[in-house]
Amino acid sequence: MGHDTHVVVAKNKTQYEYARRKRSQTMQMQVVTFAIMIFLTFIAFAAVAAGMSAYYVGPVILLLAAIQVVLQLYYFMHMSEKGHNMPAFFLYSGALFGFTFVITFLTIVWW
Amino acid sequence: MSAIAQKKGFGSALWDWLTTVDHKKIAILYLASGGFFFVVGGIEAMLIRIQLAVPDNSFLSAGLYNEILTMHGTTMIFLAAMPILFGYMNAVVPLQIGARDVAFPFLNSLGFWLFFFGGIFLNLSWFMGGAPDAGWTSYASLSLYSPGHGIDFYALGLQISGAGTYIAGINFLVTIINMRAPGMTYMRMPLFTWTTFVASALILFAFPPLTIGLFFLIFDRMFGANFFDHTMGGNTIIWEHLFWIFGHPEVYILILPAFGIFSEIFAIFSRKRLFGYSAMVFATVLIGFLGFMVWAHHMFTVGLGPTANAIFAVATMAIAVPTGVKIFNWLLTIWGGSIKVTTPMLYALGFIPSFVAGGVTGVMQAAAPLDYQLHDSYFIVAHFHYVIVGGVVLAILAGLHLYWPLMFNTMLSEKLGKITFWFFFLGFHATFFIQHFLGLMGMPRRVYTFIEGQGWDLFNFISSMGAILMAIGVIVLVINIVMTTVKNVPVGNDPWKDGRTLEWAIPQPVPFYNFKRTPLVRGLDTFWIEKQEGNKEGMSYAEPLSDIHMPNNSFIPFVMSLGLFIAAFGALYNGEKAWAVPVLVIGLGITLASMATRSLKDDHGYHIHKEDLMDHKGGNY
Amino acid sequence: MAEEVKYTPQTWPEHPETANLEGKNKFLGFWLFLGGETVLFASLFATYLALKNKGPEGMEFTTQSLFELPLVFVMTMLLLTSSLTSVYAMYHMKNFNFRGVQTWMAITVLLGFGFLALEIYEFYHYVHIGFTYSQSAFSSSFFTLVGTHGLHVVIGLGWIILLMLRNAKRGLSIYTAQKYYTASLYWHFIDVVWVFIFTVVYLMGVMS
Ligand code: HEM
Ligand SMILES: [Cu+2]
Repeated sequence: MGHDTHVVVAKNKTQYEYARRKRSQTMQMQVVTFAIMIFLTFIAFAAVAAGMSAYYVGPVILLLAAIQVVLQLYYFMHMSEKGHNMPAFFLYSGALFGFTFVITFLTIVWW
Repeated sequence: MSAIAQKKGFGSALWDWLTTVDHKKIAILYLASGGFFFVVGGIEAMLIRIQLAVPDNSFLSAGLYNEILTMHGTTMIFLAAMPILFGYMNAVVPLQIGARDVAFPFLNSLGFWLFFFGGIFLNLSWFMGGAPDAGWTSYASLSLYSPGHGIDFYALGLQISGAGTYIAGINFLVTIINMRAPGMTYMRMPLFTWTTFVASALILFAFPPLTIGLFFLIFDRMFGANFFDHTMGGNTIIWEHLFWIFGHPEVYILILPAFGIFSEIFAIFSRKRLFGYSAMVFATVLIGFLGFMVWAHHMFTVGLGPTANAIFAVATMAIAVPTGVKIFNWLLTIWGGSIKVTTPMLYALGFIPSFVAGGVTGVMQAAAPLDYQLHDSYFIVAHFHYVIVGGVVLAILAGLHLYWPLMFNTMLSEKLGKITFWFFFLGFHATFFIQHFLGLMGMPRRVYTFIEGQGWDLFNFISSMGAILMAIGVIVLVINIVMTTVKNVPVGNDPWKDGRTLEWAIPQPVPFYNFKRTPLVRGLDTFWIEKQEGNKEGMSYAEPLSDIHMPNNSFIPFVMSLGLFIAAFGALYNGEKAWAVPVLVIGLGITLASMATRSLKDDHGYHIHKEDLMDHKGGNY
Repeated sequence: MAEEVKYTPQTWPEHPETANLEGKNKFLGFWLFLGGETVLFASLFATYLALKNKGPEGMEFTTQSLFELPLVFVMTMLLLTSSLTSVYAMYHMKNFNFRGVQTWMAITVLLGFGFLALEIYEFYHYVHIGFTYSQSAFSSSFFTLVGTHGLHVVIGLGWIILLMLRNAKRGLSIYTAQKYYTASLYWHFIDVVWVFIFTVVYLMGVMS
């Protein structure tokens, strides 16, 4: 355990106001992100409900899911902010390995 | 918990061990329990070799042989090799990177107790109706139909101890990423730290698939699921995939820290900087990555088809490249060094040819067509014992000598150490070299006996004699440990005189807070640099003396693990005994309640004040 | 002691979750854990895909005959919205507004319970029509995949409720803020997994 070196710094009024505004802007971005996610979900459900050919719809809804997950990770989970290199590296490694597992289970688990 | 030395009664000493969150003590717990399981697994190995010493032997019955064989493999991999390596990691890595402790001391203790209770649970099978008997790989087609509860002990025991391993992996990753002392950049990290880092990353990604596989097995056997039952649409190949997705990285989880230990030893006792440091780091990372892409080489004969077999064969052979890089770097480290052949160095020198032999047979097996011949024969047994005994176990024995003074401030006898080495080394080759030929002559693995007159009699006998030599080596080692502990001659820091990294710079016995002031790392092999510059203290510091924050001891990890241990009995007897479900619920309740307790209480730790540090020299607890 | 510092909105750090070493460790450790969870769910997905629609001779259940999209759509909306509400909670955490944190976390929990109720209803329905856990390899893998996600929801709910209770008196501090932050990461991750479940299991299940 390291030494505790807590320096408590108070923001002056302008800094404080600025930070507050910044945060509320970010929050607005989050709401926009949310709207996009809902929209993507809606398209995916609609495409399937419309009974279009699986040949087209399959890849499309997978792509929509991927986009939605990226939004979730980068905005809701703040991966776009500084200090997320290691988290991103390990999450992507996990995703890559996981992807390989899925591919092999779809191809070389036979009867 | 004061910094002042105090005499303790047995009760409070025991309490201290049960509640400790100090990485140095947890290291000792890992080493002791891992050592215990190593002896258990070793006795099982001796029983196997006695049974196979002569043809048509009836020393062990077929069923009992299967149980012993299974428990030998499972114990050695999960309960001996890995925990002992965790012991070294705990003892060495925080000191090596200049940290006061690991990132999560509480979880460190939890990881240990989970492993411990899982291991005990697994071994209780011997006394509760029979041990698992489907091999350490427990292929579902066999294990689903194994009567009794052996397999259930296997699945539940590994689930518990696996959770501990997983926690330990995350702990080391965070420790190494976040807690390095100032100046300790990634490319100044000693190799043992690097290999611990990569092995921990492998644990992070390899254990979840095992967890899933084990759950499937548990659900199939105990809760009526149908993952592996083909009459219900299930498929046993799924088990094979999940097991080997875990299993191949697992062998690298074992061998990488071993590589790390040997890298330290070669540099220390050649009194030279490790040759090709950056290539070594790169090779470690590459092996870690490739380690995930080759698992199906264990399934060549399953019938995955030529395309899949070809891809996995090529990927497997590719791993030999970074491994070769390492071998050459070690050789070039020795080259031109001023070599001191101490016991650890002797093990390191013995390791190179042994491991190369194991690697070569590995590449042979990677050739899928040839593997159709070699698969499930004694050739495979020879291969993996060359890599595991010739690599991992030699590293464990080398590390025992190397790090004993770091952990206990006293040195194992060099003379007895060398005697152990020679018995063990010669015995090892006598046991396993000849098994290559047994395999080529057609002897299948996992058979409890063989018929006279197939030309296997003599070789099997030689193999068993070799095992006796190894056993003698281990007995000498135990004598060595006992004698050393009784004599207990303190040796101080840097007992090998040629230590290069921070762990050798810290005063002995190591104070419970490790570094009084956080050190400043000035290069690779920072202690060596300081010594060269004549710095008596052996360290530069990054900060003035100030209060140190310490975590509180806790009994919760023990209780949490105990809860799962109890719950496992409930799951095991589900549908058979009336008390099963209540016990399951009570056990899980204990675990959940202790988690809630942990969460509800504030635990901020405590501080050691500057003034108390000032006049505190040694490390008396 | 450091943890007893009384903060005001002006002195409250921009990133309480990584304001001290413990926080940094927790933050990173939790993300790594999520990396492992990714592999865990990938294994479950892989198994589900390999066993989808596989069962004993003449099994009548298929993804097409089982799944009802309207229900899944409502569940998805509930969970997605709960992800946004936990973002609101973190927004108030950064503004040092404890009441905001508690309120939005409470809303998150309510939405989570809504999701859970529908999932329980769905499972109950399946079991009722004979699609039980032991019915086939398909049913086992379906219930295990979706059920493991559901278990994560349960754990998430328990965790957040526990946090709200334990901190009701304590209020916001660096120590408690870090706990909220990891819990909200966990909640988002549950949503990430659900996105793949509704796409791969349900939508691709009923696709013609
Ligand atoms: C150059 C590196 C290596 C290569 C190319 C390699 C290749 C292989 C192959 C192809 C097999 C499957 C043989 C069969 O069952 O037909 C195998 C089995 C095995 N290997 Fe390796 N290996 C390597 C290194 C290691 C290491 C470092 C370890 C452990 C520390 C290890 C432990 C094992 C074990 C335990 C098995 C047998 C598993 C079982 O079926 O019970 N290998 N190896
Ligand atoms: Cu392998």
